[in-house]
Amino acid sequence: MLALVSPALLVILALIVLPVGWLAWQSIYHDGFTLENYHRVFTEDVYWRSFALTFEISLAVTAIALLLGYPVAYLANSVPKGWSILILSLVVLPFWTSVLVRAYAWLALLQRTGVINQFLRYLDVISEPLALVHNTFGTVVATVHILLPFMVLPLYATMQKIPSDLMQAGASLGASPSLTFMRVFLPLSLPGVLAGCTMVFVLCLGFYITPELLGGGRTVMVSMLVSRNVELYNQFGAASAVAVVLLLSVLAIFFVVSRFISLDRVLGQK
Amino acid sequence: MTMKQKFGLGCGLLGAIGFASAAGAAEQITFVSQGGAYQQAQTVAILDPSAKKLGITINQDSIPDAWPAIKTQVGSGKPIWDVVDTPTGNCLRGGEQGLMEKLDFSKIPNGAAMPEAYRSPYSVSYEFYSSVLAYSQKTFAKDAPNSWADFWDVKKFPGRRALRNHPFATLEAALMADGVAPDKLYPLDVDRAFKKLEEIKPHITVWWTSGAQSAQLLNDGEVDMEMAWNGRVSAVAKEGAKVSFTYNQGILQSTSLCILKGAPNLATAVKFLNEAVDPVHQANLPLHIDYGPGNPKAFETGVIKPERAAQLPSEPANAAKQALMSYAWWSSPAGEAAEKRWASFMQK
Repeated sequence: MLALVSPALLVILALIVLPVGWLAWQSIYHDGFTLENYHRVFTEDVYWRSFALTFEISLAVTAIALLLGYPVAYLANSVPKGWSILILSLVVLPFWTSVLVRAYAWLALLQRTGVINQFLRYLDVISEPLALVHNTFGTVVATVHILLPFMVLPLYATMQKIPSDLMQAGASLGASPSLTFMRVFLPLSLPGVLAGCTMVFVLCLGFYITPELLGGGRTVMVSMLVSRNVELYNQFGAASAVAVVLLLSVLAIFFVVSRFISLDRVLGQK
Repeated sequence: MTMKQKFGLGCGLLGAIGFASAAGAAEQITFVSQGGAYQQAQTVAILDPSAKKLGITINQDSIPDAWPAIKTQVGSGKPIWDVVDTPTGNCLRGGEQGLMEKLDFSKIPNGAAMPEAYRSPYSVSYEFYSSVLAYSQKTFAKDAPNSWADFWDVKKFPGRRALRNHPFATLEAALMADGVAPDKLYPLDVDRAFKKLEEIKPHITVWWTSGAQSAQLLNDGEVDMEMAWNGRVSAVAKEGAKVSFTYNQGILQSTSLCILKGAPNLATAVKFLNEAVDPVHQANLPLHIDYGPGNPKAFETGVIKPERAAQLPSEPANAAKQALMSYAWWSSPAGEAAEKRWASFMQK
């Protein structure tokens, strides 16, 4: 058994543990031990504002993705097999285009001279173009689009395991469809909700290209501070301290979530 | 094998290596620039002719941001690059941090002949570009904005605006909008600049990060006026978009050539550096790309036609309308502090 997993363990060691360790080391060692990088992260306003904004955006994205993703997963779960495969492939399809291309596509849709504004003006709904992009709104829209599959897939996997007999049992006892949903289906699907939310939230924390291209410069997320710090301080420590704090935040979230559901549900969809 | 034989063989090998590297050292250097169309233009205009004239081989490498690599290479004690073409600030900062060779200008007559503002103890200007005020000719068909004060005047010139998401040139523009003369900018009054920027901030639609983005904004009509690099604007205009720009109050920026400390082919590198800023080679550069020569003497060679010269950022009459960026100030502690202040300005 050990012989079988050891190549995988070696790969993880070489590609994850060592680089992350090196990263953490850089943040505390530069010509001797120093906590200067962390002192900066915890005392300068720039950092907590970015962390706050990043968490706000991640929360908004997670909530919207849940609202949009739950009905899709529910539909995919309740239609015949052929249809559910179609729905799920539509959900996964955007995965095949790069994040960069999708960001530019949103730009083409949302900007002042973009498709949506042109169309609304053509219909005379608006007289002045709406500011749909180069702000937090545009960033959130595009990020939701990119992360939606990470919400739908865990939800669908969980819903698949809810026995349909339970719903029939509820109905036979006289409950209306909405009551059976609220009292039976929804509670049973909660592990999927938690799993999907955790995935989307954590992935969103590290977003870089989307806010950079669609945020108009004002949406300064944590990952952008990481790259800024490489330029400003000319040493990796200043940047890696930010990355380490973000990593610890993510681990803390996983820890809290793991108190409620087992982690392999989040990661492996068992 | 006896001790003596071993010794003899060793000497022979060492001799061979020494000979090989001596022959190589006299003949080649490694030159690094930023790649793309820009490096190609240099190869035709400057690098190939210089190599031919000096009888050396120029090995080329390219990297978008040379600074981290310069630090690592010199830090390791064995740099593999000789000459780098990098934003002038990197040469100055590198010089101060002991990463660059101090230049002996008696061996670089072409550099010594350049105005003092165009060189430093560690570098010579190689080419110029400018951060200019660009605008849509559709929006401003008659009365176009012509100064940073106009850019700040949202009543007289209504329209959507963009600035670069970086303090370089942006703080200079803010001070000029506030009435500071282009030749009296340095040392920058940072507080005053940020105060003036606060004024225009609500009217800025986009703070752009990449040159490509600034071009897209102008091309798609997403903004009506913006700060952009002259080469980006002329490229958009060439594609047929109705856009234009003014050199008035532009901020003249440059890349420079400098030599890495402990460069493997120092002597050849110095010879090359002198050749690369030769007025005739320099005059050839703008025939291939929209950048101005780093050596102003290039305009006296007759290689650049007057119509073409008028389009270039470093042409003397154009240069006179602009502010010359002080990289010395930006790499000073005050400059670095201003750079750090930027992110906090953007967040508020």
